[in-house]
Amino acid sequence: MMSNGMALLAIFTLSIFVGFEVVSKVSSTLHTPLMSGANAIHGVILVGAIVVADHSSNNLELTLALVAIVLATINMVGGFVVTDRMLEMFKAKKK
Amino acid sequence: MSRNLYDLIGLAAAVCFILALKGLSHPKTARRGNLIGAFGATVATLLVFFFTGNPSEKNWHSLPLNHLPLILGAVAIGLIIGVPAARKVQMTQMPQLVALFNGVGGGAAALVAIVEYLKLGSEATTAEVIATVFTVIVGSVSFSGSCITFAKLQELMTTRPVVFPGGRFLIAANLAGIFVAAGWVVNSGGNTPLAVLGGLSLLFGILFVLPVGGADVPIVISLLNAFTGLTVAASGYVLQTTLLIVAGTLVGASGTILTRLMADAMGRSLFKTLFGAFTAKPQAISAGQETRSVKSGSPEDVAILLNYARRVVIVPGFGLAVAQAQHTVRELADVLAAKGIDVAYGIHAVAGRMPGHMNVLLAEANVPYEQLVEMEEVNPTFAQTDVALVIGANDVVNPAAKNSPGCPIYGMPILEVADAANVVFLKRSMRPGFAGIENELLYDPKTTLLFGDAKDTLTKVVSALKNL
Repeated sequence: MMSNGMALLAIFTLSIFVGFEVVSKVSSTLHTPLMSGANAIHGVILVGAIVVADHSSNNLELTLALVAIVLATINMVGGFVVTDRMLEMFKAKKK
Repeated sequence: MSRNLYDLIGLAAAVCFILALKGLSHPKTARRGNLIGAFGATVATLLVFFFTGNPSEKNWHSLPLNHLPLILGAVAIGLIIGVPAARKVQMTQMPQLVALFNGVGGGAAALVAIVEYLKLGSEATTAEVIATVFTVIVGSVSFSGSCITFAKLQELMTTRPVVFPGGRFLIAANLAGIFVAAGWVVNSGGNTPLAVLGGLSLLFGILFVLPVGGADVPIVISLLNAFTGLTVAASGYVLQTTLLIVAGTLVGASGTILTRLMADAMGRSLFKTLFGAFTAKPQAISAGQETRSVKSGSPEDVAILLNYARRVVIVPGFGLAVAQAQHTVRELADVLAAKGIDVAYGIHAVAGRMPGHMNVLLAEANVPYEQLVEMEEVNPTFAQTDVALVIGANDVVNPAAKNSPGCPIYGMPILEVADAANVVFLKRSMRPGFAGIENELLYDPKTTLLFGDAKDTLTKVVSALKNL
């Protein structure tokens, strides 16, 4: 059994390779939507923001956490919506 | 049992993100990929509301969540701001919106780490403090840097590289200050050092992006995007949340590759782009060239020129996007095609304000995919082209990229419109392009300039063509 820290490090390392592999060859047409989609994915920091809001023990912590939730929600939801709008136009082209 | 289910669902969300990136890499699966990503993110978020973690771990939280109404309120505010912004944004403004979304993500990640740090106080392990320091630095840089890229793209400030005397020393001192503050936080802990670190990092983000020239801004957005990913991963480490580590690292790694791909597409050295801040020197802007004569024509002149052409290549740029002239361009191309003229679009990978901008724009106007020709393929055909019609593009056809070493876009591959028999520029004014460089081609005898809004001018050209 690995220690918790080591397990997280292993996950981190393997994720790097997956990330490299997944996008190693992309046509320039898709650079913008891909960037925008990846941008939306890191919006899952929302999960972390909600957890720390729960953890917060004073008003300063709670306020910062709530701001983080607002920002993360904008990042995540806005990111996916804007990416979908970009790709919608590509779809029209395929006909 | 419920704990295993929690982990399994989290794992499923992580797989969704991998599939999303995979899907987004291919034109046919891109839209589905994005939806899979959105699905994964939604599931991951909902999970927090219904399952609690392991009480011995950092990601454990109470159920129902403390401050639940406030949390839901904050999510609602985020939705109210984010969704309409994404829905209503014009195609021309999409790049800066992406920059902004990225910045707020970086800011969120930094705040998450700060709150967890405040709460842990002296209980934090060294590894957690280091992860927090990393998150605060990179998240703050991403936030303030993205704000500056937003301001540049929105043209709230100059798009030229901003370089001031002593800037290199200031940025070096800033960087040194960040290292000192980081050491301070790790050694003595406490809130003041962390606040100093955050402040210095915000300043660094600004100083880092200011010297970047307009044409390189997309590369910087992509890089900051990768930064934010790594910040999220580091927050995930502090919170011991596997999903955040996987998602953040995926974005960090793929974002880095994407940044390199973009830099390659623009023929830019990634190193030079990134460290422009350290090497840039104030440049004297050459003046006095504006007095040279240019040949400007009327829409009718251009219509006649086009009417007797055998092959026309349309080179779209940001001006097309601004004027929303994509449908008018399509109409023009249809009229020309009906007259038996060979029409193609020469697409530069970075025309507009982001890679692929033109493809998106023209796809909106239902321009047939086969007519969009990428730079490598269209360049050899310019010699057989009678008219190159440049619509609101400038830097991507500027021969300075080939001929004047030292200019900001030197080395960027360009569309060789100068090889065509005639060049027509549709421009709003003599103002130089986004990178702020004079274009010699405008003064070439075979160049005709057609001033005005691209949509109005094109409409006039189309009606003149129909009357011929």
